[in-house]
Amino acid sequence: MALALIILIPLIGASLPALCRGSAPRHLALMTALPAATSLALLLAWLPQVMNGEVIVRQLTWLPSLGLNVALRLDGVGLLFALLITGIGCLIILYARYYFEGSASAARFHSLVLMFMAAMLGIVLAENLLFMLVFWELTSLVSFLLIGFNADSQAARRGARMSLVITSGGGLVLLAGIVLLGQVVGSYQLSEVLQAGDRLRAHEHYGLILNLILLGAFTKSAQFPFHLWLPHAMAAPTPVSAYLHSATMVKAGLFLLVRLHPALAESELWFHLVTVTGMLTLMVGAFVAMFMHDMKGLLAYSTVSHLGLIMLLLGLGTPLSLAAALFHLVCHALFKAPLFMMAGYVDHATGTRDMRRINGMWRFMPTLMALSAIPAAAMAGLPLMSGYLSKKLLFSESLLVTTPGWAVAVIPVWVTLAGLFSMAYSIRIFHNVYFNGRPVDLPTWPPREPRLAALTPIALLALASLYVGLAPAGIYRELVHPAVMASRQAAMPAVDFNALGGALPMAMSLTAMTGGALFYLIRDPLFRLHARLPEVDAKEIFDWIMRWSIALSQRRVYQLENGSLQRYLTFIMITVIVLVGWDLLAVPTWHGGVPMTPLDPLTAVAAALLCLAATGVAVFHHHRLPALLLLGVTGLFVTVAFARFSAPDLALTQLMVEVMAVVIMMLALSFLPQQSPKESSPLRMTRDLAIAGLMGGGVTAFSFAILTRPPDSISAFFLANSLPGGGGTNVVNVILVDFRGFDTLGEITVLGIAAVAVFAFTRDLHLKERVVDTNPRHWVAEPHPIMLSTVARLVLPIALLVSAHIFLRGHNLPGGGFIAGLITAVALTLQYMSGGLVWAQERMLTAFRPLIGAGILIATLTGLGSWPFGYPFLTSAHDHVHWPLVGELELATAMLFDLGVYATVVGATLLILANLGKLMTVAGPGKEIG
Amino acid sequence: MELLYAITLGILTTCGVYLLLRARTFTVILGLTLLSHAVNLYLFASGRLATGAPAIIGLTEHPADPLPQALVLTAIVIGFAMTAFVVVLALKAAVELRNDHVDGEDPDEDRS
Repeated sequence: MALALIILIPLIGASLPALCRGSAPRHLALMTALPAATSLALLLAWLPQVMNGEVIVRQLTWLPSLGLNVALRLDGVGLLFALLITGIGCLIILYARYYFEGSASAARFHSLVLMFMAAMLGIVLAENLLFMLVFWELTSLVSFLLIGFNADSQAARRGARMSLVITSGGGLVLLAGIVLLGQVVGSYQLSEVLQAGDRLRAHEHYGLILNLILLGAFTKSAQFPFHLWLPHAMAAPTPVSAYLHSATMVKAGLFLLVRLHPALAESELWFHLVTVTGMLTLMVGAFVAMFMHDMKGLLAYSTVSHLGLIMLLLGLGTPLSLAAALFHLVCHALFKAPLFMMAGYVDHATGTRDMRRINGMWRFMPTLMALSAIPAAAMAGLPLMSGYLSKKLLFSESLLVTTPGWAVAVIPVWVTLAGLFSMAYSIRIFHNVYFNGRPVDLPTWPPREPRLAALTPIALLALASLYVGLAPAGIYRELVHPAVMASRQAAMPAVDFNALGGALPMAMSLTAMTGGALFYLIRDPLFRLHARLPEVDAKEIFDWIMRWSIALSQRRVYQLENGSLQRYLTFIMITVIVLVGWDLLAVPTWHGGVPMTPLDPLTAVAAALLCLAATGVAVFHHHRLPALLLLGVTGLFVTVAFARFSAPDLALTQLMVEVMAVVIMMLALSFLPQQSPKESSPLRMTRDLAIAGLMGGGVTAFSFAILTRPPDSISAFFLANSLPGGGGTNVVNVILVDFRGFDTLGEITVLGIAAVAVFAFTRDLHLKERVVDTNPRHWVAEPHPIMLSTVARLVLPIALLVSAHIFLRGHNLPGGGFIAGLITAVALTLQYMSGGLVWAQERMLTAFRPLIGAGILIATLTGLGSWPFGYPFLTSAHDHVHWPLVGELELATAMLFDLGVYATVVGATLLILANLGKLMTVAGPGKEIG
Repeated sequence: MELLYAITLGILTTCGVYLLLRARTFTVILGLTLLSHAVNLYLFASGRLATGAPAIIGLTEHPADPLPQALVLTAIVIGFAMTAFVVVLALKAAVELRNDHVDGEDPDEDRS
């Protein structure tokens, strides 16, 4: 798994700088450089194998149902990018050590930069496309934090937000494209996707897939018109700009296109979309860069322009275009990073980035000048420099385009013109900063050159740039060629860098150089001309679009979501009606064929009464007390229904619950108005009746359809195993405490939580401020009638005895913990009602919350009890024991579990009741109950 | 019998949903209770209607389906706990907002 380590080391290492926040800058940088350098070393160890064209794939299944695997792949493409990411990353860390010297936020930067490095490595080393997308989004997120690093500056925040909106929006589009692509190919694994190129290009959705994926890549790589975020991201500290915009973030989009080249490229559509976008970006970036006065702004737009250049090359599809693209990508990373670093130092030394004021720096920073001359010359494309070769490659490839007709003439001219601009702005950033007269009104005076050690990263990068320019064959053979092989999956012609100077490319190169120099010479009138151009502030447009879309979505949301519960419920009900009704309409016959059981008069009468009572609740709901009584009647008839249809356990439970529920609602009602105002308009009532009627009709229809169809139940298992496996004949109870014991455990926990929540809510409820009731109510003069309390006291022992009986027999006959608990609770409730809260509370043996806790604990421990014997959680054991006097009685661990249920039910029910009752006592028992 | 059962469920649902759409908390609680009766009866009936055949081994030849019964039993108890919870929520809302409208704002009151 050494491959995974390449990503994991920086990811885990990201916590190191945060841990040693207070230490010296040197240690901090060392802590950060260590994981980065380790990753770099691991990558270099793979280099020989990859150079031989090997593809290393390692994978771990993660979500196979989604086709999402943790799969890594190291081939030429991945290695080229990964080396840039880690290599330049190391130098950025070194640079940041000096840049952030004396700043408290250095540790944060170091952490973030490692995280970003890990995310980028994830993108370039992923084998699974979905897995890659995870890292893709991660880079968007971390770059948001990096760009908004100086969170107290508005420009930084806005730049960060803009980059997040554009790049993660592009990420979403990309997700759609990748999912679609995966659907077509049948896999998200690159090994399969890359083989499916012909199938993809022939597919009817090819255009859509290509557009979606390209949008993702264009937003990330700052292609026109999504290039906006890149210049605004310059509000970030310079190390961030140097890293994100030379070697990493913006290269991710290019990487994606190189990666998917075999699968998607080499079609006419690809040529048009990619090449034209590249051309536009190249020209817009170069043109704007020319007229930038801000050093970093110039570099930012020149980056945009170079990204466009690489994009253009990716689109061309000529024999060497891919190689040229990758070669220029390396060159660009090597010369753009030191230029950003240089800009950062000059900014620090002078206090400004405005090139109208920074002039003649050679006097103050001779070494920096000498070092930055190399990358500036490389960017300009001067002979012997790396940029010269890559531009030459570009020129010669542009001449090889044969179709379509317009491109043959346009592209060579276009790239020559762009080369001219790039020459001009390269001269400008060098000449303007170091010469061009004297500095004007600098905020920091005198500018001081950073110490020599601080210049190391620039020196190293400049050397690398120089090396590539002088000995391009080495880099080409070791990095670019394996990458092209991996991407194209075919061998390609060798490049003789010495023979590049064909007559026409040579001429184009010369034109660009002399033209650029001329352009720079006459810059002053051009600047004045440019200043007269109408200014289009893209940021304003972007902000306007953002504001507009936020306002629009807010309006839409508030239209739907106006804070009215009735409205939401109506929406939910209508949705249910539409969705279920749609399917119901398709049911061919309502009667499923099973003959109906004959109807007896008694059942018919009971059903009629049930319906009448329910209707009564609805009709008389304005008078709350009668409605509540009718609700009780409804509940009783539901009990009857359970009893009628062979469910004695349910009937017993429902009976007890009904009593408790009505008592609780009565308690509540005594604090609430006794009448509901009549406030619904007839129209509203008709509408609600229609909704309710449709719901009821639907329920009738589908329950009838289900009831008349043959059952398909799994209950045969429970019926067969209840006695031999669970040791009880009451199958319902055995299911509760044994087969589905885990469910029951969950349910009593919910019960306990609900009761404790009621306790918490009533604790600080002061009903003195209750709703003012307009109707005076008539309280009974005698709170606790003597007859009731006498009878209640007599009933208690009998009720408890019944409860114990029901509990013990529960495993074999109707009964069990739930029912016994409810009976006990009802009997005790009667005591509260007859004797009063204070009287009853004094006589309680235990507090209720501990009882609930004990119940759940007993049930859980019973379940855990099977572990020491090597059985799974909640396995039950049982035996029949002969007890003296009592007779044969079955002992089962399930009974212990049932005891837990019993305790929880009693505790929860009484906790609820007593706390609601407490509200009613004006004086109260003085302390909390439970 | 099945038809009558289905119609009863429909009426319970109709009343429950109608009350659920009213504007006062107490009425909504009444509606919820009716609706939960309907749901419990429906779930119970998914084991089909059997008469005189409780799910106890050795009592009858063809016992009723025990599984829906076990599900409904716990549903009843939890339904009770939820009712109690909603009741307390309604009380709390009525005390803190000084009205018992479901939106917490009495439409009759002057809201200025």
